[in-house]
Amino acid sequence: MSKSITIALAGNPNSGKTTLFNAFTGARHSVGNWPGVTVEKKEGKIQHNNAQINIVDLPGTYSLSPYSLEEVVARNYIVDESPDVVLNIVDASNIERNLYLSTQLMELGKPVVIALNMMDVAEKRGHKIDCKKLSELLGVPVVPIVAAQKKGIQDLLNTIVDVSKGKIICNPTDVDYGKEIEAKIKETIEVIKDNIYAHKFNPRWLALKVLEEDEAILKTIKLNLSKLQSHEQIAATSEMSLDDDFESVIVDRKYTHIAKIISKAVKKPKVFGLTTSDKIDKVLTNKWLGLPIFAGLMYIAFWFTFSIGNIFLDLIDGYFGALGESVGASLEVAGTADWLNSLVVDGIIGGVGGVLTFVPNIAFLFIAIGILEDSGYMARVAFIMDRAMRKVGLSGKAFIPMLVGFGCSVPAIMGTRTLEEENDRLTAILVSPFMSCGARLPIYILFAGVFFPGKESTVVYSLYMLGIVVAILAALTFKKTLFKGAAVPFIMELPPYRIPTIKGTGIHVWERVKAYILKAGTVIFSACLVIWFILNFNLSGMVEMQDSIGAGIGKVFAPIFAPLGFGNWQAALSLITGLLAKEAVVGSMAVIYGLGEAVGEAAVDGDVVGFISTLKTAGFTQLSAYAFMVFTLLYTPCVAVIGVVKRETNSWKWTGFSVAYQFVVAWVIALLVYQVGGLLGF
Amino acid sequence: MPLSMISNGQSVLLTDINWGPKLKKKLQDMGLTPGVEMIVISNDTNGSFILKVRDSRLVLGCSVTQQIMVQSIV
Repeated sequence: MSKSITIALAGNPNSGKTTLFNAFTGARHSVGNWPGVTVEKKEGKIQHNNAQINIVDLPGTYSLSPYSLEEVVARNYIVDESPDVVLNIVDASNIERNLYLSTQLMELGKPVVIALNMMDVAEKRGHKIDCKKLSELLGVPVVPIVAAQKKGIQDLLNTIVDVSKGKIICNPTDVDYGKEIEAKIKETIEVIKDNIYAHKFNPRWLALKVLEEDEAILKTIKLNLSKLQSHEQIAATSEMSLDDDFESVIVDRKYTHIAKIISKAVKKPKVFGLTTSDKIDKVLTNKWLGLPIFAGLMYIAFWFTFSIGNIFLDLIDGYFGALGESVGASLEVAGTADWLNSLVVDGIIGGVGGVLTFVPNIAFLFIAIGILEDSGYMARVAFIMDRAMRKVGLSGKAFIPMLVGFGCSVPAIMGTRTLEEENDRLTAILVSPFMSCGARLPIYILFAGVFFPGKESTVVYSLYMLGIVVAILAALTFKKTLFKGAAVPFIMELPPYRIPTIKGTGIHVWERVKAYILKAGTVIFSACLVIWFILNFNLSGMVEMQDSIGAGIGKVFAPIFAPLGFGNWQAALSLITGLLAKEAVVGSMAVIYGLGEAVGEAAVDGDVVGFISTLKTAGFTQLSAYAFMVFTLLYTPCVAVIGVVKRETNSWKWTGFSVAYQFVVAWVIALLVYQVGGLLGF
Repeated sequence: MPLSMISNGQSVLLTDINWGPKLKKKLQDMGLTPGVEMIVISNDTNGSFILKVRDSRLVLGCSVTQQIMVQSIV
C-alpha cells in the first residue's frame, strides 16, 4: 500500500503524547514550527506494514472550546487538515477527565482511535479497565498501551492502519444531551444543512457549536455564507428552559455520559486515600520547606554541572589542545602561509573548539534540568512560587516559562503562550531572558574557573539566583507600571511524579546538546572567522591585533564599560559578538587571547600559560570579572531571542524596548556590583 | 461555603462556580462540574490549593478557590 496515512495525536496535557510520539518515531523525529500556527508542533514519519504513517503531535488540551489558543489550534487542525485518524491518548490512571476530551474529539466526526496509556500506573492503583467493554460503549477502538515501555505499540499501529483502510469502522456513541437539547440540535441541523460550509463539519457537532454560540465557528460560517438565519434565536430559546447556562449543561451531560460508561467498564477500589505522589507533595510543597528545597535542588543541579561536567571538560579540552598543536605543526610543515595557519589554528580550532570544550557542562546542565522537568517537580515549583509571584501580580504559572529559560530563552518565550492574559504574557516575555540560559554557562565556567578557583559552584549559583531576582523585580516593575492588573486566576494541573527514564531524559538532553554543537559548527564558526579577520586586519592589510579593525570597534565601545570595571576593547568586542550567540563571547575571548585550546584548561585549572596575567593586563580583577559575568547574565539577549520576541509580541516597539531595557538593566546592576563591591573592599 | 475555607484533607462536593463563562468553562473542562467530589491535598501556601478531583491533581489560586462553592460531605 503506497498511500500514506496521516494521524493526529490529541490528548490532555501530560497524558504521555510526547512519550508515545517518541516511542513511535525513535530518534528520527524532527521538531519544527508550523506556518500560521502559534504552537510548536512535532511531526514524524514511520513505516508500518508497508504503510507510511505521518504523525502530527497536537498541543495538549483539556477541551476543544474556543477559549484558548492551543485548543483552537488542535480543533482547527482536525477540522481543516482532516487527518485520516485522530489518535486520542487517554491516561488510564485519570480516565474520567481524559475521556471528556475524547467525547469532544469523537463529535468532530473523524475516525478516532483511543490509546489507553499508562495502563501500568492504573493497574498499580488497582483500577481494572475492561478495554473491550470500553470500546463497545464508546463505539471506537480502544488499545491499551504503556508508551514509556513501548508496550502495545504494534497493536496500536495495526488498529490505526485497519481503521484508515476501513477494516474497522468507528461508530462513536453520541452523548445524550437530554430531550430538550437533542430537539434543538435536530432543529439546528435543519437550519444549517444548506450552509455550503457545513459539509466540512460533522452536522451534529456544528449544530452544537452554533447553539453554544461559539464565536470562531459563527464567524467562519458567516464569512463563508453571510446569512445563517435565525441561529441566534435558536441559541437564545434553548437557554430559556434549562436550569444552568447552555455550556455548563453540555459539559455536565458529557461527564454524566462518561460516568455511565466508566461505571460499566472500569472497576476502581473505593479507597480515596493519598497516593505516593500526594505524600511527596505534602513535603515538597510544604509551606516552610518548599522554597528551601527548591533552592537546594538548584544548587545540587549546578554543583552537578560543574564537578561532573568539569571531569569531562578536562578530557575534551586536551583533545582540542592537541588538535590545534598538531594541525598547526603540520600546516607549518606543509608550508602554508602564516595567515592561513593562524586562521585555522587560532580562528577555527581555537574559537569553535573553545566553545565545544564546554559541551560536557552543557550536557550535564540539561541532564539536571531534564530530570527536574521529567519527574514532575517543575510544575510544583510553579505552585511553590505562586506566593511570591502573586505579590508581583502574576500567577505561579508565569514562573514555568522562566524556569524553561534556564535551558534557552527561545522556548521560554514561546512557552509564555500558556499564559492567558496578554499583559502577563508580555511581562513574561520581557523578563524571561534574565533567566540564565545554557549558552551563558561557558562564560561563567571560564571566568569563575579563572578568578574564583574552588568557589565556582557558589559563584555561578549566585548568578542564577541573581537572574531570578532581577526577573521577578523587573516583572514587578512592569506589572506596577506598564501592565497594571491583578493576577489572573491560577489554574493548573499537577502531573503525578514519575521516575525519569534514561531514554526520555536522554532524548531531551541529546536534542539540546546537538543544537549546541550544531550552533558551534555554524553560527559560532562563521562568527569566529569574522572575528579572526577583524582582529588580524585593518584597511592597510594584516596587522598586529591592537591595530586591527576589531580592536578599533572594541575601543569605540569600551568606554561604556569602563565604569563597570571592564573598559578594555577585548571585553567590549566579545560582548558585541555575544549578540550573535552568547557562546560567541567565549569564542571571541579564545581568538583574542589566542588560547582557544587552553580555554578549558583555564576553566578547570585556573591558570594556564599566562591566561590570568593576560586577562589582568586587560584590566580584569576578581571584582570586575564578577561584574562582567553579571553583565553577560543580564544584557541584551542573542539574535535568536530577539527574533522570537519579535515573532511572539508581533511588535517592533516591544522588541526594541526589550533589547534596550535589558542593556540598561545589565549596565546599572553591573555598575552597582563593581562600584559597591569596590567600596566594600573586594 | 467557598472552597477557600476548607482545611487540609477534607472531602467536599462542588455546588457552584461563581464566575464568568470563560473561566467557568475552563474549570468545568478540567472536571469541576456540580456534584463532583474533591479532596483538599494542600492549602499550605497562603491561599493556593492542591485539589484532587476525578483522579487528577489541580492547583487553584486563591482567587479561584474563593469563587468555588462547596458543601462538605456528611
